[in-house]
Amino acid sequence: MNEQAVVAIGGVTKQFGQTSRGGGVVVALENVDLEVRPRDFVSLIGPSGCGKSTLLRVIGDLIQPTSGTVVVNGKTAERARRDRDYGIVFQDAVLYDWRTVAKNIALPLEMAGWDRRRRTRRVEEMLELVELTGFGSHHPWQLSGGMQQRVSIARALSFSPSLLLMDEPFGALDEMTRERLNAELLRIWADTDSTIVFVTHSIAEAVFLSTKVVVMSPRPGRIAGVVEIDLPQPRTLATREEPRYAELIRDVRRQLRLGGGLVEGEEGFEQQLIAAEEGL
Amino acid sequence: MSAVALERRRLGAPEAWRSVLGRIATTAGVLVGLCALWEAFKWVGEATGLRVGVFEVSDRTLPHVHDIVGQLFEPSRRNGPLLIEVLWDATLFTAKEAAVGFLLGATIGFAIGIVLAHSRLLQRGFLPYIVASQTIPILAIAPMVVIWLGGRGLPDWLSVAVIAAYLTFFPVTINTLRGLHAVDHRALELMRSYAAGSWRILWKLRVPASMPYLFAALKISATASIVGAIIGELPASIQDGLGGAILNFNQYYATSPASLWATNLVAALLGITFFLVVVAAERIVVCRAPENVA
Repeated sequence: MNEQAVVAIGGVTKQFGQTSRGGGVVVALENVDLEVRPRDFVSLIGPSGCGKSTLLRVIGDLIQPTSGTVVVNGKTAERARRDRDYGIVFQDAVLYDWRTVAKNIALPLEMAGWDRRRRTRRVEEMLELVELTGFGSHHPWQLSGGMQQRVSIARALSFSPSLLLMDEPFGALDEMTRERLNAELLRIWADTDSTIVFVTHSIAEAVFLSTKVVVMSPRPGRIAGVVEIDLPQPRTLATREEPRYAELIRDVRRQLRLGGGLVEGEEGFEQQLIAAEEGL
Repeated sequence: MSAVALERRRLGAPEAWRSVLGRIATTAGVLVGLCALWEAFKWVGEATGLRVGVFEVSDRTLPHVHDIVGQLFEPSRRNGPLLIEVLWDATLFTAKEAAVGFLLGATIGFAIGIVLAHSRLLQRGFLPYIVASQTIPILAIAPMVVIWLGGRGLPDWLSVAVIAAYLTFFPVTINTLRGLHAVDHRALELMRSYAAGSWRILWKLRVPASMPYLFAALKISATASIVGAIIGELPASIQDGLGGAILNFNQYYATSPASLWATNLVAALLGITFFLVVVAAERIVVCRAPENVA
């Protein structure tokens, strides 16, 4: 048969809250199935409260599901975490203030027990990969937000994990920095042979980056639909000009609306937008 | 203070010097201003016969600044060494007690903080007693410490150091506890994603993250350790330190008030020195974004 899935999620449900405390139970995820193939770039998109960050943490074994199975690289999620099978990037860079940029990137390598010489060499490669050569001895607070996020990507990739989990990594950045980092991420993805699961709020970002967009809906968090993104690789600035790109954006938007992701007030605007796009 | 430190790191050498000179000028200006205020209050008080309650302004209650400083260069007793020489020796002696007490207290305080941070049960069980320990006046504890440790072949000043440690450890424990818990939950998730155990998380994340809190406590403890050492000398009947000197000049206050004032001045300078040593250590150890420094 074909290759083994990097992530295989079956019937995952996650409830938060204890009834013993008197409060109600919040169902963050309900009966979620998802498969991520090697070299996939899968985006999870949906409104706040749809459980996309929870799903990402379930894959990373940072949250345990209430029921269902999570298999990462053919192992349990816990085994995969202990084997350091994935790197993770958060919305904020979460760099350690007291470490230089180079030492931040080397942190996972220290944990994995690499010797100093190998670490130094690897850090240099990673700085080059994220185009921060020469910034190794800086401290995080001396860098801009975009540069900090590049450091955190370098840190996540430093030990060459097969899977990269990204939780709204560019959400806190301005639009221009975001577009530049989108392009950079695609280049890194092409260079490193990794599989990416990417949480985002931005429809345009999801469509531009992904091979597959998973649309989620809230209360309870469910998968409302999956849109295969068949735009040609590599994606460039010209990709955003293609009619197919606009079509796919519309598809994702429809799915979001069907799933209750877009609220009533926005719908009229959406109709107008679609009408305008279709030249009516 | 740290924002200034960061700025200075970015400045060139001439600007850095100008900034240092500026700070020295400010410090000197404030000092001159305070002395002027002292003298002005004294002058007004004496000219008008000012009384604040039973407090009457006179050379006995409030000696001239120049008399206090001048007293340092008078013989401490007839044909004896200068007061400043006597106080210098006393200061070194007390500094030794306080430094040992400070190191002892800071180490113990930090260790207790780490142990308690690892168990909510221990924290709930022991924290009340740690708090209670600080409500007992040091004067009540000191004689007991002197009796316990005395006559066991240990030097006398060691019991004074233990008394100083008793005042030192508490702020360190409280702030270590707080600092170890002041960690971004995503930084913890990051460590979990590296399959780091709790020991690794402690030394690679929690302890470094707690450093600004630790140093805030060490600054309090640095001065508290001197107070502890001076007070500890009294029940230990140690004559060689500042505590002994204060007790001694207290008896002669009627005839030579400036001597006690001069001793207090020296004790204050010792406290400031301890504080500055901690600040210098903080500069070296704590390398943080300006907004993240306590």
